Amino acid sequence: MGGQWVQFLAGGLTVGSIYALVALGFSIIFNASRVINFAQGEFVMIGGMSAVSLVAIGMPMAVAIVGAVVIAAIVGLSLEKFAIARAPRANVVTLIIITIGASIFLRGIAQLVWDKGIHSLAPLSGERPIALFGATILPQSLWVLGVTVAIVAALSWFFGRTRLGKAMLATSHNRLAAQLVGIDVATVLFASFGLAAALGAIAGVLIAPITFTSYDVGVMLGLKGFAAAILGGLGSFPGAIAGGLVLGLVESFGAGFVSSAYKDVIAFVIILAVLFFRPDGLFGALRTERV
Amino acid sequence: MLLLMQKETAVEFIKNAGAAMRVVGITLALATGTAVAQEPIRIGAFLSVTGPAAFLGDPEQKTLEMYVERINAGGGLAGRKLQLVVYDDGGDADKARTFAKRLLEQDKVDVIVGGSTTGTTMAAIPLAEQAQTPFLSLAGAVGIIEPAKKWVFKTPHTDRMACEKIFADMRERKLTKLALISGTGGFDKSMRGECLKVAGKYGIEVVADESYGASDTDMTAQLTKIKGAPGVQAVLNAGFGQGPAIVTKNYKQLGLTAQLYQSHGVASKEFIKLAGEASEGVRLPAAALLVADILPDGDPQKPVVVAYKRDYEARYKSDVSTFGGHAYDGLMLAVDAIKRAGGTDKAKVRDAIENTHGYVGTGGVVTMSATDHMGLDLSAFKMLEVRNGTWAVIK
Repeated sequence: MGGQWVQFLAGGLTVGSIYALVALGFSIIFNASRVINFAQGEFVMIGGMSAVSLVAIGMPMAVAIVGAVVIAAIVGLSLEKFAIARAPRANVVTLIIITIGASIFLRGIAQLVWDKGIHSLAPLSGERPIALFGATILPQSLWVLGVTVAIVAALSWFFGRTRLGKAMLATSHNRLAAQLVGIDVATVLFASFGLAAALGAIAGVLIAPITFTSYDVGVMLGLKGFAAAILGGLGSFPGAIAGGLVLGLVESFGAGFVSSAYKDVIAFVIILAVLFFRPDGLFGALRTERV
Repeated sequence: MLLLMQKETAVEFIKNAGAAMRVVGITLALATGTAVAQEPIRIGAFLSVTGPAAFLGDPEQKTLEMYVERINAGGGLAGRKLQLVVYDDGGDADKARTFAKRLLEQDKVDVIVGGSTTGTTMAAIPLAEQAQTPFLSLAGAVGIIEPAKKWVFKTPHTDRMACEKIFADMRERKLTKLALISGTGGFDKSMRGECLKVAGKYGIEVVADESYGASDTDMTAQLTKIKGAPGVQAVLNAGFGQGPAIVTKNYKQLGLTAQLYQSHGVASKEFIKLAGEASEGVRLPAAALLVADILPDGDPQKPVVVAYKRDYEARYKSDVSTFGGHAYDGLMLAVDAIKRAGGTDKAKVRDAIENTHGYVGTGGVVTMSATDHMGLDLSAFKMLEVRNGTWAVIK
C-alpha cells in the first residue's frame, strides 16, 4: 500500500514537472506582452522532433539537445519578428489569435519537414528503473525533475540579477513606465519569445523518451501547460511550477484512488474550484477593485 | 485610384474565368458524349491521412494509389481505366460524412473503399446505404457489419476476433484472471466492450478494468492499481497509437510479471521501435502480413503478403503495415467483384462482393455471405510474440 502511494507520487511529479516547464513558457511571454502564446506547445514539439532528427543523422546526444534548443529559439524569435512585431498596434486578443494561427502553421510545417509518425528518443541515462520506497521511477523522470529545479534557479538568477531579466520583469509590472525609464520593450518582447521557445524545447527533449514525440504532441501539452499556468496564476513563476505539480499529482492520485476514467474530470474540477475562490490562481496577486 | 484599378481587374478576371469555365464545361459534355464506353471506373476513398489516425490513412492512401496505377498500367479493368478520388478527413467523423457525400453525389463513384477509423466509417454508412453504393470499410469495429447492412462490407478482422484469439491463447496457457487497461478512443472502447462480452465464453474472469486518455503521457497510476489487484495472470491493453507503447514501458518500469497482451491495433514495427526493450515478451494477434518473411511456405496467404510487402516497401521505402494491407484487400475485393459482375452496375457489384468465395488477401482468406460481410475466421490471426526486437509466430 505504501508502495502505491509513492508510485502515484512519482508518476504525478514526473508529469507535473513536464506541465510546469510548459507553464513557465506561457508565463514568460505573458509577462512581457500580456499575450497567451498558444504556440507554446509547438515549441515543445519542435524541440523534441529536432532532437530526434539530429540524433538520427548521427550527432551525439549533447550536441543534438543544444541544436534542438537553438532551432526552437530561432523559430520563437522568428515568430515574434515576422508575426507579432508586424502588428504593433494590435490589441492583446488579436495577438493571441496570431499565436493560434502560428501554432496551426507550425504543426502543418512539422508534418512536411518531418512526418506524421510517432518518434522516440533514447533516455539520457538508461532505462533501468530505480526502486525507491517500494515504487519504481525511471532515471529520465529524475532528469525531468532535476532540470526543472535547475531551470527555476537559472530563471530566478536571470530575472533578479541580469539587466535584460530585470528589464523583462519591469516590463511585466508596468509596460508604459518601463518604456519611460528607457527600457526597450520591443527587445524585451523579442527576447521573451526566444526564451520561452528555448524553455519549451528543453521540455520537449526531456520528455521525448518518456512520452514520445510527434508533430501534434504540442496540442495536449500546450493545453495542460496552459491549465497549469492558470492554476498557479498566469505570469507567476513559482505559480507555474506549483500549478504544474499540483495538476500532475491530482491526475495521478485521481487515476490511482478514484477512477482512471475520470482523472481529467477530477483535475479540471479542482482547477475550476480553485479559480472560483482565487480567480488569479494560487500565486496570482490578489487584486482588489473598489468602486 | 490604385484600389479602383485592382477592383476592375478583379471583375475582369472573374468574367474571364466564367467564360473559360463555360468552355471547359462544353468540352467536357462533348467528351462524355462521345466516349461513354471509355469512362473510367471511379473508386472513391475518404481516409484519415492526417490527424491522430494518420498512421492508418497514410499507408492506405499510398497503397490505393500504387495499385490503381498498376492496374491502369496493365490496361485497366475490362478495358476501362480506374480513377481514384481520395479525400483526407483528418480522422474527423463530421468531415468524413461531408466527403462521403461529395464522393457519392458529385464524384458519382462506383464503389467506396475507405473509412480509416470506426468513427469515420460509421458516419458514412447511412449515406452509402441511401445512395445504394457498395462501401468497403477499412476500420476494425464489429458494429460496422453487425447486423449486416446491405451495402456495407469491411476488410480488417474485428476487435472481437482479436479478443477471441487472445483468450484462446490464454486458455491454452491456463491463465484465467485478466486485467484490462484501455484507452478512451473509439477503437479502444469498442475492443474493451467486445472483450468483456466474450471473456465468459473462454472462462476468463476480468479482475481489473482501467482506462487512460488518448494523449496521456503516464500510465503508472493505472498499472500500479492493476499490480495491486489480487491474482492477475494476464493484462490486456486495448488501444492504438502511442498509448500502448507507454503502457508497455510503464509495465516494465513497475516490474509487472503477468503476461502482457497488446491488441492488433499496434501490430507494426513502429510499436517495437517505440517501446524498445520493454516490448520483449509482449504478445499480440496480427495479420499474416506482418510476418510475411517467416510464414511457413504452405501458408495460402504467403504469396499475396510477400508480393504486397515487396511492392510497398520498394516504392515507399518504409515498413509495410497491416493497415495498408486492409486497403489492398478492399481495392482487390472491389476489382474482383467488378470483374465478376461484368461492369459497374451497383447492385450487381454488391451481389458479387457478397458472393466472394475463397479470396486470398493480406488479412486472410475471405468467404462472405448474406450475414457475414467480412468473411474472415480466427485463422486470419497469427499470435505473435516480440523476441529479440522482432516478431515471432507462436506455433
